[in-house]
Amino acid sequence: MTMQTPSLRPAAGEDAGAVPGSATPQKAGGLRAVAQRHLSKLVVAPSFAAILLFVYGFIAWTVYISFTNSKMLPSYDLVGAEAFSKLWRIERWYVAIENLLIFGGLFIGISLVIGILLAVLLDQRIRGEGALRTIYLYPMALSFIVTGTAWKWILNPGIGIQQFVRDLGFPAFTFDWIVQQDTAVYTLVIAAVWQSSGFVMALFLAALRGVDQEIIKAAYLDGASLPRIYWGIVLPSIRPVFMSAFVILAHLAVKSYDLVVALTGGGPGYASDLPATFMYEMTFRRNQIAIGSASALMMLATVVAIIVPYLYSELKGGKRV
Amino acid sequence: MSSLTSALPPAQGTGARIARWGLYLILLLFAAYYLLPLLLMITTSFKSPEEIRTGSLLSLPRDFSLDAWSYAWNRACIGADCRGMAPYFLNSIVIVVPAVVISTIFGALNGYALTKWRFRGANIVFGMILFGSFLPSQVILLPMAQTLGALGLAGSAGGLILVHVVYGLAFTTLFFRNYYVSIPDDLVKAATIDGAGFFQIFTKIMLPLSLPILVVTIIWQFTQIWNDFLYGASFAAGGAQPVTVALNNLVNTTTGVKQYNVDMAAAMIAGLPTLVVYVLAGKYFIRGLTAGSVKG
Repeated sequence: MTMQTPSLRPAAGEDAGAVPGSATPQKAGGLRAVAQRHLSKLVVAPSFAAILLFVYGFIAWTVYISFTNSKMLPSYDLVGAEAFSKLWRIERWYVAIENLLIFGGLFIGISLVIGILLAVLLDQRIRGEGALRTIYLYPMALSFIVTGTAWKWILNPGIGIQQFVRDLGFPAFTFDWIVQQDTAVYTLVIAAVWQSSGFVMALFLAALRGVDQEIIKAAYLDGASLPRIYWGIVLPSIRPVFMSAFVILAHLAVKSYDLVVALTGGGPGYASDLPATFMYEMTFRRNQIAIGSASALMMLATVVAIIVPYLYSELKGGKRV
Repeated sequence: MSSLTSALPPAQGTGARIARWGLYLILLLFAAYYLLPLLLMITTSFKSPEEIRTGSLLSLPRDFSLDAWSYAWNRACIGADCRGMAPYFLNSIVIVVPAVVISTIFGALNGYALTKWRFRGANIVFGMILFGSFLPSQVILLPMAQTLGALGLAGSAGGLILVHVVYGLAFTTLFFRNYYVSIPDDLVKAATIDGAGFFQIFTKIMLPLSLPILVVTIIWQFTQIWNDFLYGASFAAGGAQPVTVALNNLVNTTTGVKQYNVDMAAAMIAGLPTLVVYVLAGKYFIRGLTAGSVKG
């Protein structure tokens, strides 16, 4: 079983041929080599043009719209940062932001704990490891629109777990988080952890398998117990994976949309709104395009703040090695 | 690769045995937690409405019935359209197949050009493409809706194919780029000396070496595009909607008596293609997942 290292950094080999200009023969061929090198640019050009337009151009467009007074249709009259100041006066936006902090914090924390725990436990020469791994990870292969159908049922007090336990003979048992304003957001955490913790497990398991066994052996012969070896030696040595896992989970949290739609629809009321559902609501249902765009840019800023330092260090690190 | 602890001697004694049992118990409990929603969907989809009302959440179906499946497939009402999930399932196929093929071809060419024919600024170009894999879709929803309208692609499968190709490029380019970087440049060098050109080297040397990453990319793109909901809900109208959007409409329609077995069967229908691919080729799916990032 081989797993790719959880990193954007390309695997070994890049630097073997890291002569500037790589394989392009500098002298042989002359004119033809020049043509070939331009061919390379030509081949990348359509994709790069598409990305420039559909990613960066569209971001610019959204920035522009957020400084207008667009309502149902885009208007191109600039009115300054009005939409932003309006956005930050909407109570519903604060609910969405607060929910994102609660949801994101718990989701990242619990997913990391469960993922690492499972990775370490699976690393103990477990019989049936392959099957268990497959089971832990399958939620990532399914749309939450699909699995949300089951979760909605499980969490529904009238027919789900609450009723099940009551039927077992505990009539006072209550588990109705999904219909309560204060607790609906926690049901999002339950389902999101269920979906993503197996992925964290896979990341850490791959990293554990790359740790030098000699270190473990030496520590063991020195009399260190297994938990201490993991806690004191192994986990610190795979620190970069924590970073990768955190970045991936954090940006998943900011982008969470399907989850809310399938599970709570943002309700009750708008108690379990997240920024992604808020943006959709403003833009497509309430005809507040400028405010919707402003909220989308807040999401972008959050993701950029998480991603860019990470990408920078990863790509730079790849060259340095 | 071997387990970290395989270098150590196996622990002996009763204490170690009990610890071992505890270990398996914890792992199996977690397996149950992950499996519960899927099992619930499967068992419920085979039950009759009568049995769902009277029976327990976790019981197995007494009278195994495929009625809910056939009803969900070709009679259930999605909005006012009572042709079941079948036409939407077909929509998804019509969208997924070209989108996967096109984005994979471009990704392979980009990866090849960016590693084996590096030009000035290639790393910046790659970095800018890569950022697209983390982009929150909300930022591009509105301009994309406008653009699709201007192109006459609003609400159509063609529009969704375009969207999925463009925003899939970041992932497919990343996969191929990181794979081709590890293929020795000497291979390409030798071929250029023999007089082979850019495309010849690609088709004769690189592609035959690319099977593993091709599988990873195709599975990744297939899963992502099939499971997409946000783009489908934003850009596809009525009859052109993909299967995830149809499922959401079916499940969240409040009129009439709730048929949980039909809901679950419809969910299984929407989820089965990616689930089957995962079970058959999970290894490649995991490689895609851990290759850098995930789309949310």
